[in-house]
Amino acid sequence: MTSDPNKDSAGPPPKPASPQPASPGPLPLRHAGHHEWATALDHRDRTWWFDCIARLAVLGGGLSAILFIGAIFVFIASQGIDFALHHLNWLDFLFGKRWEPTVEPPEYGALPLIMGTCWITGVAMIIAVPLAFGAAIYIGEFARGRQREWLKILIELLAAIPSVVWGVIGLQVMKPIIQHVFGVQVGLNVLNAGIILGLMAAPIITTIAEDALKAVPETYREAAEALGASRWQVIWKVVLPHARPGLSAAVLLGIGRAFGETIAVLMASGHRLMIPESVFDSAATITATIAAELGEAAHGSEHYQVLFVLGLLLFGITFGINLTADWIVRGRRSRA
Amino acid sequence: MVTEPPPLVSVRGLSIHYGDKVALQGVDLDIKTNEIFGIIGPANAGKTSFLRALNRMDEFVPGMQVLGDITFAGRDVRTVRNLYALRKRIGVVFPLPVGLPLSIYDNVALSPRLSGITKHAQLDEIVERCLRRAALWDEVKDRLKGLGSLLSGGQQQRLTIARALSQDPELLLLDEFSIAVDPVTTMRIEEVLKELRQELTIVLVTNLVQQARRLADRTSFFLGGLCVEIAPTEALFSGGAREQSTVDYLEGRFG
Amino acid sequence: MTTIDPMFVATPLEKRNHTIQQLVRTLLLAVALLLVVPALLILGVLVVEGAPGLSWSFLVDPPRSNGAAGGIGLPLLGTLWLTAGALLLALPLGVAAAIYLSEYARDNWLTRTINVAIVNLAGVPSIVHALFGVGAFVHFLHFGKSILAASCTLAVMTLPVVIVATRESLQAVPKAFREACWSMGATRWQTIWRVVLPNSGSGILTGLILCVCRAVGETAPIMFTGAVFLRSMAPQSVFDKTMALSLHLFNVSTQLTDVPHHLPFSVALVLIIVVLALNGTAIAFRMRLRGRKKW
Repeated sequence: MTSDPNKDSAGPPPKPASPQPASPGPLPLRHAGHHEWATALDHRDRTWWFDCIARLAVLGGGLSAILFIGAIFVFIASQGIDFALHHLNWLDFLFGKRWEPTVEPPEYGALPLIMGTCWITGVAMIIAVPLAFGAAIYIGEFARGRQREWLKILIELLAAIPSVVWGVIGLQVMKPIIQHVFGVQVGLNVLNAGIILGLMAAPIITTIAEDALKAVPETYREAAEALGASRWQVIWKVVLPHARPGLSAAVLLGIGRAFGETIAVLMASGHRLMIPESVFDSAATITATIAAELGEAAHGSEHYQVLFVLGLLLFGITFGINLTADWIVRGRRSRA
Repeated sequence: MVTEPPPLVSVRGLSIHYGDKVALQGVDLDIKTNEIFGIIGPANAGKTSFLRALNRMDEFVPGMQVLGDITFAGRDVRTVRNLYALRKRIGVVFPLPVGLPLSIYDNVALSPRLSGITKHAQLDEIVERCLRRAALWDEVKDRLKGLGSLLSGGQQQRLTIARALSQDPELLLLDEFSIAVDPVTTMRIEEVLKELRQELTIVLVTNLVQQARRLADRTSFFLGGLCVEIAPTEALFSGGAREQSTVDYLEGRFG
Repeated sequence: MTTIDPMFVATPLEKRNHTIQQLVRTLLLAVALLLVVPALLILGVLVVEGAPGLSWSFLVDPPRSNGAAGGIGLPLLGTLWLTAGALLLALPLGVAAAIYLSEYARDNWLTRTINVAIVNLAGVPSIVHALFGVGAFVHFLHFGKSILAASCTLAVMTLPVVIVATRESLQAVPKAFREACWSMGATRWQTIWRVVLPNSGSGILTGLILCVCRAVGETAPIMFTGAVFLRSMAPQSVFDKTMALSLHLFNVSTQLTDVPHHLPFSVALVLIIVVLALNGTAIAFRMRLRGRKKW
């Protein structure tokens, strides 16, 4: 990009000491009596200053995004960091099997929460990814016209259903179905939460995956079809390989969504603080634990602080997921 | 000594780069007040880049770098304190017409409004004058509330010219304005340009050699990023060209 | 009797390809439907179970017996307060950020950082937003548990939604219009105000609706920053606590025993009707926008 400082003179920072000041001194041309109007070129009028202020104002809006993401990190870290560095035994925290913050002495073994999160996210992805990719390929490559519009609208509406409503569905609809179909006692379990989360994450994965398919240039498809390949061969051999980075980003963002979901999991998972051994066990996730316990933890107490440590863990993992997904998508664009 | 009026625009050692690509190299020229200055040359000669540099539109093109001096009315265009006032004094007509998605009336009234004119009578007068000038008034006077962006290509180009005139410019830059306009309208606009010479200065970039001959007082020939020669139009077209490439271009051997 | 040139008769391989093609197509359609149909069924269940409980008095009456009976008047009102507050904060900030990114920003490290920040802000789990709200607004800024703190938390959470939707609608305005305007000597702001914004207004409205939609449905960020399970009076100012529809739904379906069977369904139905109606409006706007040609 250009770094010529003169090029920025349209910009807001008024340069008081520019190297060749356009001084209002007597220029030869004005002596000759020409171009009286030209004085306006050196006059910064009201609109100029207004533009300058407007630019600063909207820049402030843009910077607020950085400010907030920074503030989220700083606030969560500041509440938990002291405890995390001085009092928390990280080995016990990451591998301890007992999460009992309210008994004396308290135990902060987060392994049940971590495992619960992994189980539920895993089940959700097993359900969501095939559904979402199938739907994305159908919408992107086969569906036409009105059918395509309707499918897209339905999936968009599906994505808009609030998580607490999903929670009610898990509690009131899925629970009896699971009890009945699988003949198990506990209806609120990994499977229930996984199905609910899968249905929640699928629309997001579908939308992003469809964008990735759409980004494959139409000329590639035409070239392959001109060689006599059938539609499915084109998709399998040309479109999918080309869209792979976008598809992996879609899965990553889906994981991020499932991983960070709170209320629906809290309601559908049964919230049992034990490492699940099968999909029919109840389980607890990191997010649900924070939600369940933040209300009863006294401000500033150890329990309160350890919840912020969990939050920091969540923040770090989702930050990593989002950065990776963003990097995959951008990297592909810049190569294309 | 008789003092000749100083030139409106003078360009010294102008070079334009797009990244590594050189679009224009070492151009020196003066544009006098109240003349029509024609620029002819084949594609990629750097004509459009030259116009872009004149009113500092390089800012909108990522990677465009302008080196050298351009003065407009005695001011270095790179250091004027109010860039917007500079652009207001320089009207531009692009090759492809751009009717803004406003009503026809608002299209033409936009520039006066930006300068703070709000009186209806005054705006009406400016709109009518500029549309008449651009030979569009008769076609649109009954539907001034219609969208400017939905006019036909030729009408939009005349609307663009009317809009440029509404700025009350000192210098009018026309970049191959006739591309999207039918021949009859082109002739009408050319008539208008001849009249406008009384009050302002025009730089006419054209790919039609005969258009330059009909209109320009002086014509310059650009080729491959160089300004090959500048001469009074009459002299240039009556065999006075010094460079062989100019002669070849004028006679249609390439282009 | 016409004979067909043997060149155009399908070979066995081509026939097989055609069969596979049809098979795959059907399979994919089935998968797509598998995604959509359960959702429709669930909506159906909500309607069947919840609709009998809906009535005008259900919408306006305050909850009774700790929420196990009565209506949802106060939670609805509280959601209105929270959403309005979030919108008031997020909209100006988000639109400003979108204008900066679309109209002023060049491709430099600052712009890239802002974009990365937006992507991450959108991906932060809602419970982390809740922790942030508790740490920053409730305790650090001493808003206490209040509508103000909850609205601020919701605003931070919905900010990326507003920014992304607005930026998209701004960038749908062709660059040629801006260049034409700039070349006339309009400042960037004049260009934005006179040409860009008037042509992306409906897009911004869509973003606004989506933002409202998100704010209405969220539970986790508000349950620790300002929303409470039960409160017997309507909020008087932004420093009051309030009930909220989403939290009320959480409450009646998990915290309370001996709740009438239909109650959670009725509350969920109201919530989902609000959200889907808003989303539907946004979609309709977008469709109309696409249908109307201005250039």
